[in-house]
Amino acid sequence: MNKLILIIMCLLPLGVTAQTAEEKGLEIAVEADKRDAGFGDLSSLLTMTLKNANGDTSIRKMRSKTLEVQGDGDKGLTIFDKPADVKGTAFLSFTHILEADDQWLYLPALKRVKRISSKNKSGPFMGSEFAFEDLASREVEKYNYLYLKDDVIEGEEAFVFEARPNYKYSGYTRSVIWMSKRIYQPLKIEFYDRKNVLLKTMVAGGYQQYLGKYWRPATMNMVNHQTKKETLLEFSDYQFQTGLSERDFSKASLKRAK
Amino acid sequence: MHARKSQNILSLILLSIMSLVCSITLAGEWSGYLAAEYSFFPQSALNAEQFEGGSASFSAEPEFYHSWEDDSLTFVPFIRWDEHDAKRSHVDIRELIWMRAVDDWELRVGVGKVFWGVAESQHLVDIINQTDLVENIDGEDKLGQPMINFTLLKDWGAIDFFVLPGFRERTFPGKDGRFRSNPAIDDHAIYQSAAKNKHVDYAIRWSQTFDDWDVGVSHFYGTSREPRIIPTPTAQGLTLLPFYDIINQTGIDIQATLDEWLWKFELIHRSGQADTYNAFTLGFEYTFVGVFDSAADVGVIAEYLYDDRGSNATTAFDNDLFLGGRLAMNDAASSEVLLGVINDVNNNARFYNIEASRRFGASWVLRAEVRIISAGSSVDPLTSLRHDDIVQFELARHF
Repeated sequence: MNKLILIIMCLLPLGVTAQTAEEKGLEIAVEADKRDAGFGDLSSLLTMTLKNANGDTSIRKMRSKTLEVQGDGDKGLTIFDKPADVKGTAFLSFTHILEADDQWLYLPALKRVKRISSKNKSGPFMGSEFAFEDLASREVEKYNYLYLKDDVIEGEEAFVFEARPNYKYSGYTRSVIWMSKRIYQPLKIEFYDRKNVLLKTMVAGGYQQYLGKYWRPATMNMVNHQTKKETLLEFSDYQFQTGLSERDFSKASLKRAK
Repeated sequence: MHARKSQNILSLILLSIMSLVCSITLAGEWSGYLAAEYSFFPQSALNAEQFEGGSASFSAEPEFYHSWEDDSLTFVPFIRWDEHDAKRSHVDIRELIWMRAVDDWELRVGVGKVFWGVAESQHLVDIINQTDLVENIDGEDKLGQPMINFTLLKDWGAIDFFVLPGFRERTFPGKDGRFRSNPAIDDHAIYQSAAKNKHVDYAIRWSQTFDDWDVGVSHFYGTSREPRIIPTPTAQGLTLLPFYDIINQTGIDIQATLDEWLWKFELIHRSGQADTYNAFTLGFEYTFVGVFDSAADVGVIAEYLYDDRGSNATTAFDNDLFLGGRLAMNDAASSEVLLGVINDVNNNARFYNIEASRRFGASWVLRAEVRIISAGSSVDPLTSLRHDDIVQFELARHF
């Protein structure tokens, strides 16, 4: 009898307040999404430095434009400036939450707009250690979440949680995210391959706040543990809400992107 | 007195134009490439006039681009020098075009380049620009086309209107060159229209994306980009004259992008060039992503090419099957290999292609091409090229 009361008393507070690890993981993702909502549109300059195991480097430069889409994945346009032989090549994507993304590539030498398969999510972006899916917009519904623990990274407190992709053709079984408690942006992400072996680690830094609300990193460094290659992605000239519209993210806009 | 005044005004205008051009070219940006090419033909030529063995060639294609608020100016001259074939040494303005893009419309005026279509093995629907055939037998290189192009961008799709004043004749290899008919095609083109190459052509195209489907419908009225070749007896013997008809061509191009499958269809209906005819390309491209646990992708392409004129077709591809493969390493050097064979179902003529390319450092690109032609029978149009197997290397420096 006493034992039963004791058990009930022990369980009671849990039933009322305790969150499952899944719920807590989801809550963190929802909060991060909420804090970043409403950015509208964003332009930035990107420099990618690819480094192989021998330390040889090669540089890619591109311009990126993003249009926030309510209730779906964002639209993106990327224009390549370097290396010189791909200058003017442009990539248009309409990302979707669970459905396959729509992607078009513009080949300036032929003046050809080519719709391409979106199965390449796991494929490398411009030969770098970033996969297409690493650079796509992180919509809440794309993953199942699991809160793991709290941790501190370089003096910054972080939630650590796991995200398992719900969408087709991902190259990962899961990723583990260190999300800053202060700004709700990822500080570090570990990616586990299809065999659930640690494949890559991404570390983001130099976060700055724009329009008094939106945090963006200055750098993202991706290290591939299996090939020993790495890619440093540097962002500059972030411009929010410059008035981009659907028209700036069309097949016609690809052709005049330059 | 008067003359001097007008001369002063003229030099003033010239000076201001020059300073404008200078300020634009200084303000804008130049890019482009310089390339050296070496071709080798292992087989002896069919005709004694044609060169044998190897040949060197150099080309350059600088590009100037400048944009203002809503306007932009693009200038792309092209030049090639060829060791043996005087016709292949040529200069062209690929682009010299001003564009204004405002909200839901775009206007382009000048010399430009336009691509229509979805297929890989041949481009039936693509008709705005003339083929610069001396550049490459694959027909992918185009001459600049004078045009006024107005584009409307609406929710119901994009609609393009073209007025095309002035016609460019197809380039053909000279008598010293390889990849030519026997005898070589003559310089003196014949036109159906009395306006000859001044005939003004018109085109319209509507294109739209419906979810996984990209659809285009187009119509062209004007001088056929593809000439009929008319054998004509002359004092010098038999001459092959290119004859340019006035044609109407309606085209449809459709691509369905269903996950890793790309389904492609192009259809044309052409009248005015001898008998009215239809031709189509139907096929697919399937991509294997990340093969053998690597970053590489492998694409498999199969296309069926049909022309209802059969053996009377002006093209070699009247009832042919194209099988191709694409290997993209997705590495830092963008290494790529393309393999393809077009096989005539009737007479077994085959056209094999291998193209490979990779980047060296930041600005060098090396490309290799091998083409092997085996004409199954003497009736296939490829038969005059049956000794023109080629191995070609090109090293380009991009800037």
